[in-house]
Amino acid sequence: MGLLSKKDSKLILDPLADNNPITIQVLGICSALAITAELKASIVMSISVLFVLGVGNVVISLLRNIIPSKIRIIVQLIVVAALVIIVDQVLKAFAYELSKTLSVFVGLIITNCIIMGRFEAFALGNGPWRSFLDGIGNAAGYGVILIIVGFFRELLGSGTLLGFKVLGDPIEKTGLYSLGYENNGFMLLSPMALIVVGIIIWVQRSRNKALIEDH
Amino acid sequence: MGLKSNLHKLKMKYKGTKMAPAFNAIHTFLYLPNETTHGGTHIKAADDLKRTMNTVIMAMVPCLLFGMFNAGYQHYIALGEIQAVTGGFLSAEFWTLDNFLVGFWKILPLVIVSYGVGLAIEFLFAVIKKHEVEEGYLVTGMLVPLIVPVDIPLWMLAVAVAFGVVIGKEVFGGTGMNILNPALTIRAFLFFAYPTWMSGDKVWVHGAVERDQAIAAGESLDAISGETILGSLAQGKEAGYEVMDMFFGFIPGSVGETSTLLILLGALFLIFSKIGSWRIMMSSAIGAIAMGLIFNGVVDSGWITESSKFYGLMSTTWWHHLIIGGFAFGTVFMATDPVTASQTNKGKWIYGFLVGFISILIRVFNPAYPEGVMLAILLMNVFAPTIDHYVVQGNVKKRMKRLKVKTA
Repeated sequence: MGLLSKKDSKLILDPLADNNPITIQVLGICSALAITAELKASIVMSISVLFVLGVGNVVISLLRNIIPSKIRIIVQLIVVAALVIIVDQVLKAFAYELSKTLSVFVGLIITNCIIMGRFEAFALGNGPWRSFLDGIGNAAGYGVILIIVGFFRELLGSGTLLGFKVLGDPIEKTGLYSLGYENNGFMLLSPMALIVVGIIIWVQRSRNKALIEDH
Repeated sequence: MGLKSNLHKLKMKYKGTKMAPAFNAIHTFLYLPNETTHGGTHIKAADDLKRTMNTVIMAMVPCLLFGMFNAGYQHYIALGEIQAVTGGFLSAEFWTLDNFLVGFWKILPLVIVSYGVGLAIEFLFAVIKKHEVEEGYLVTGMLVPLIVPVDIPLWMLAVAVAFGVVIGKEVFGGTGMNILNPALTIRAFLFFAYPTWMSGDKVWVHGAVERDQAIAAGESLDAISGETILGSLAQGKEAGYEVMDMFFGFIPGSVGETSTLLILLGALFLIFSKIGSWRIMMSSAIGAIAMGLIFNGVVDSGWITESSKFYGLMSTTWWHHLIIGGFAFGTVFMATDPVTASQTNKGKWIYGFLVGFISILIRVFNPAYPEGVMLAILLMNVFAPTIDHYVVQGNVKKRMKRLKVKTA
């Protein structure tokens, strides 16, 4: 990448794979389980977190030298809360149905450990540009997993993708359904999201043995 | 030149290669290995894992055969072609070739799919992980066809078996390392993934679903159905079966779980061969009876009236709970799984009691899941190590006390 130095591009690429916030650091699991039954919700959630974390990291980074360290958590919370409310209001204004599906989980972005984690671990000690890249990278890493999980859960659980009936119509019995195929209701339940995340972790660690922790 | 020497040659040929465990497994499954261990001291015992597994399978064979007869019997009785049996367990009307053949052709594919898919995955993992094929699936493969409805589509069973073996067992490290009973994991997967094929009044009778589809397609036929006793009771209806019918197993239900009599036979066999833990079987029966008595007491004291949706199951006579649904089968063949149950003797009592207690609790209070045994055993599987931990710690504490008294 000509635009970014090698060190900077690492900030974006690392969280996508070998330092993924969900599969390696195991953060942000709640929302990954709760809203991934539909691909669309996963995508919107990813974009919301991308916005909150990207902007939030920059704001915290700009403020990093004037925040007294004793009240830094409160400052971080205010920043992330403000951003989350913006996202929430935008969703309610332009995608009301979807905001109802996501319900409380948009608000709960505030408690997403990834966000506070990046503020604490990165934005407080780095400049705005690098913090921005780090925020984008981590949010993208989170989003990638959400979208993979959402893809499989919606495809196998409802037989649709983004609402399109890609496998045929279960009631009219067209496509795969004419062969006797049926949707897997388990996929729509939260435990299956955990299992799908687990499988991703399994695949990732067997491809890259360096990620396996020794005990 | 028999099969044995050919197998031996194949084994030698592939020794040290990737496929070695596969050939080795077939060889040792069919024949006793020729090799003996050299060096060191070993305890010589006949009950290796293979024999243990085979004993359990033998204990289940009567249930399987009965299941085949019962599948045909329920099919014909729903069609109205035969009368309900009246002459006790050995009634000639039940043990007919017609009945058997219907069940045989429905259940044999279930057995084949269960073993085929499960063993394929076991072999695959053995080859990838470079260890010997483990015997763990032998029992699971036989349990699975016995705990599903007779008309379950084969592809669903295959998906569930793949899920259960990989997620229930292999990810934890294979046979002996699993936390949950693989057979129940498979059933739970089916139950939550395809609920329309695992509950309701159609799936328990061969041909009922097909018949419904034919009617939907415009053919003029009468719908047939057969609700399980638990299903009827959960809906507040009369079950309509004699107690002896329930005990002998002439009732709709999963393939091999209906006949309490034959399950008891299997239990005796397991207890006398010292494979199954009598502590677990006994204590879970006690747990179920305790819960059943509590519910009966609640009904008797008038806290629950007939208008309550729990009335049907709550007022079921306490000991009926032991012979309806999958309670007996689950207790005898699944709760006693030595890997997932508690290991300590005191722990077994606690574990078994809670299995029985929670089974009946779920049965009564969750009409959507009339079969509580599956969920109760899975739940207790998770807690078994915790129970063991506290039993062991308790023992350590007790002995430490003794030690202190002595030294003081």
